[in-house]
Amino acid sequence: MAELLYEDALPGGSHWSMVMPAGSLLKITDVEGGANVGMLFYNPRNLLERYNAPDTLKCQHTFKLTTGHCLYSDMGRIFCSVIQDDTGWIDTVAGTTNKAKIAARWGDRDYQHERNLWKQNGYDSFLVEVAKYGLGARDLAANLNLFSKVFTDDEGNLQFAEGHSQAGNTITLRFEMETLVVFNTCPHPMNPAADYPRKPIQYGVYKADPVAADDICRMSRPENGRGFENTRRYVCCAGH
Amino acid sequence: MIKESLLNPVDVAYRETVRAGDYWMKVVKAGQTIRIVDSEGNQAADTLFYSAANPAERYSAVDTIREQGNVYLTTGSVLMTNEGHPMLEIVADTCGRHDTLGGACATESNQVRYDLGKKHMHACRDSWLLAVTENPEFGMSKRDITHNINFFMNVPITADGGLSFADGISAPGKYVELKALMDVIVLISNCPQLNNPCNAYNPTPVDVLVWN
Repeated sequence: MAELLYEDALPGGSHWSMVMPAGSLLKITDVEGGANVGMLFYNPRNLLERYNAPDTLKCQHTFKLTTGHCLYSDMGRIFCSVIQDDTGWIDTVAGTTNKAKIAARWGDRDYQHERNLWKQNGYDSFLVEVAKYGLGARDLAANLNLFSKVFTDDEGNLQFAEGHSQAGNTITLRFEMETLVVFNTCPHPMNPAADYPRKPIQYGVYKADPVAADDICRMSRPENGRGFENTRRYVCCAGH
Repeated sequence: MIKESLLNPVDVAYRETVRAGDYWMKVVKAGQTIRIVDSEGNQAADTLFYSAANPAERYSAVDTIREQGNVYLTTGSVLMTNEGHPMLEIVADTCGRHDTLGGACATESNQVRYDLGKKHMHACRDSWLLAVTENPEFGMSKRDITHNINFFMNVPITADGGLSFADGISAPGKYVELKALMDVIVLISNCPQLNNPCNAYNPTPVDVLVWN
């Protein structure tokens, strides 16, 4: 097993960010089941390079993300690979909650009375975290929603899969280049729960083993072989 | 949903042909209607919209598909901003379906999708980057190049969560028409893609018409 560098946790309705080095793992656990992790990626050395959902979907001919998929920047490189996903489906098309949406569904975000149990929203969470790096609303993009599944019927109608992630489910991302990870544990915007879902996560940061020649993500599509090569060319020139 | 327009091209306030590989960047005022015509068929008009009053507020593909509960765009679709405001409404559409998942081509994504040697080939995001640089009055940069609509593209989702690139359902003369609900900056890249069978490897012009 890869070497553990540290472990931490985040309650529901909270946000955080960190820089993951190339060759590290982020293993996230849905502690109680029903968690949602909104997530965005940026290149800390060039913040204009960021996660691009359409490129990620299009080049892998997929609507869902799961084990074997790579998460692409807008510059043709791979921030990280999904090397393990107990849930089988990560959403990247439904976006995040905002203040108005939370208020309409679950009530106002009220720190005065609720303190840390206030009903935080994903959009403001992303804004706070990206502002720490000099970014703003113009820099937000379509995000991942880990542990959440949104699927369609033949006519393209969207549905949220209730009970998708179970207590103890984990997802492991392997970072192929240095990456600023911005994330929050606010509810999925299509979650129909009667009460504001406040689901904690735990996460561990590990040193990754070298990427094998027959790696599941590298080999899952010919496009990913080229994505890995683009990333290798960047990392070898950037002095990582 | 297929719906023909009642507007007459004789009455347009503005009309321009945008050649393949070129961009079109103009303000369309609230209440005006813009029509994009797939003049020769199976072309892709990769389009971004911004609030003219505050370009940080812009078309959001994810907010749009979530709020309408459907991934495809057609007559009746209301395009939403990243701040949750209605921005434009599709009021006529003779094509029937438009994609907003697949995004726009870039030199870098062409390398991934087609071949590492394709990086020299023209791409939509190059057109957008040139547009925001050549039109500094809008105060925009690469930060503002986001997740767009591909008018006339058909990218169906399969039952198991796949994404397929089907033959175009568009044809010569088919069009989509949008009514602006706020003053919007419209940024179209008329796609120069030469690697995709969707357009028979033959990018062609689109026409842009605006009615008051």
